[in-house]
Amino acid sequence: MSFSIKKNAEVVVVDVEGQLIVGNRQELKQKVLDELEKGEKKFLIDFSQTGYIDSSGLGVLVSLSKKIREQGGELRLANLNDDLQTLFELTKLDTLFQISDTRERALESF
Amino acid sequence: MAESRVAFDLQIPSDVEYIEGVVELARQRCRELKISPAKCSLNIPVALSEALSNAILRGNEATGGKRVRIRAIISDTDLVFEVVDEGPGFDVDECTQDCTTDENLTKEEGRGLFLMRQLMDRVESFRDKGNVVRLTLHRE
Repeated sequence: MSFSIKKNAEVVVVDVEGQLIVGNRQELKQKVLDELEKGEKKFLIDFSQTGYIDSSGLGVLVSLSKKIREQGGELRLANLNDDLQTLFELTKLDTLFQISDTRERALESF
Repeated sequence: MAESRVAFDLQIPSDVEYIEGVVELARQRCRELKISPAKCSLNIPVALSEALSNAILRGNEATGGKRVRIRAIISDTDLVFEVVDEGPGFDVDECTQDCTTDENLTKEEGRGLFLMRQLMDRVESFRDKGNVVRLTLHRE
C-alpha cells in the first residue's frame, strides 16, 4: 500500500494504491496536510487502484475535507469501484463529497 | 444442525500492522469457498478489519504483550469470524451509532460498528475467555 502525489495544473492528485485503513491513514493525512501547508488548495484523491477502505480511512477523508475547506480549498474524489461506491452510500458520505467517475472528469470539475 | 469446521485459528500481537495480513487470509479462504465476489472484496474485509482494529485499539488499548485471537468457522450456511481481545467488552447495541445523521455525518469517528452491522448478517459481543465479537455472514 502506498500513496503517490502528482501535480496536474493547479490540482494535487493523490493515488491510493492498496488499502486505506487504520494502519496507513495517518500517512495519507500527513501527505495531504503537507501540501496544504505549502499553499495548495485543490485536491483530488483517485481510488482506481484501491482495494478497500475501513472506517478509519473514511474518517480521514472527512477530516481532510474539513481542513481543506477551512483553508478555502476543495477535496474531490474519483474512480470509486462498485464496492467503494457501496461503502460511501451506506455511510451517506456520497452526499458529503463530490465524486467523479474518472480522473479526467474530476480534474475538469475544479 | 449444519456441520461446521474451523478454517483458521490464529493469534496476533496488538498491532494494527497485522490487520491487513489477517484480512487477506480470510479473503483467500472465502474465495476458495466460492463466496460471492462482493462479499470477498467488501463485506468480509471491511467488517473483519473493523472488528480487529476495535480489538487492538479499544479492547487491548494497543498494549504491547496483549494478543488478539481470530477464528474463522465455516458451515454449509454461514461464515463466522470470532475476534477475541483481552479487554472488558462492550455492548454492541449500546455502542453503535447511526453515522448517517446530519449531526454525525461530518464526524471523523463512529462508523466502525455501524459498518460491521451493515455488512454482516449478525454481530454479537459476549464474554468467553476474553471479550468476543462474533461476525456472522450467510454464504448465500
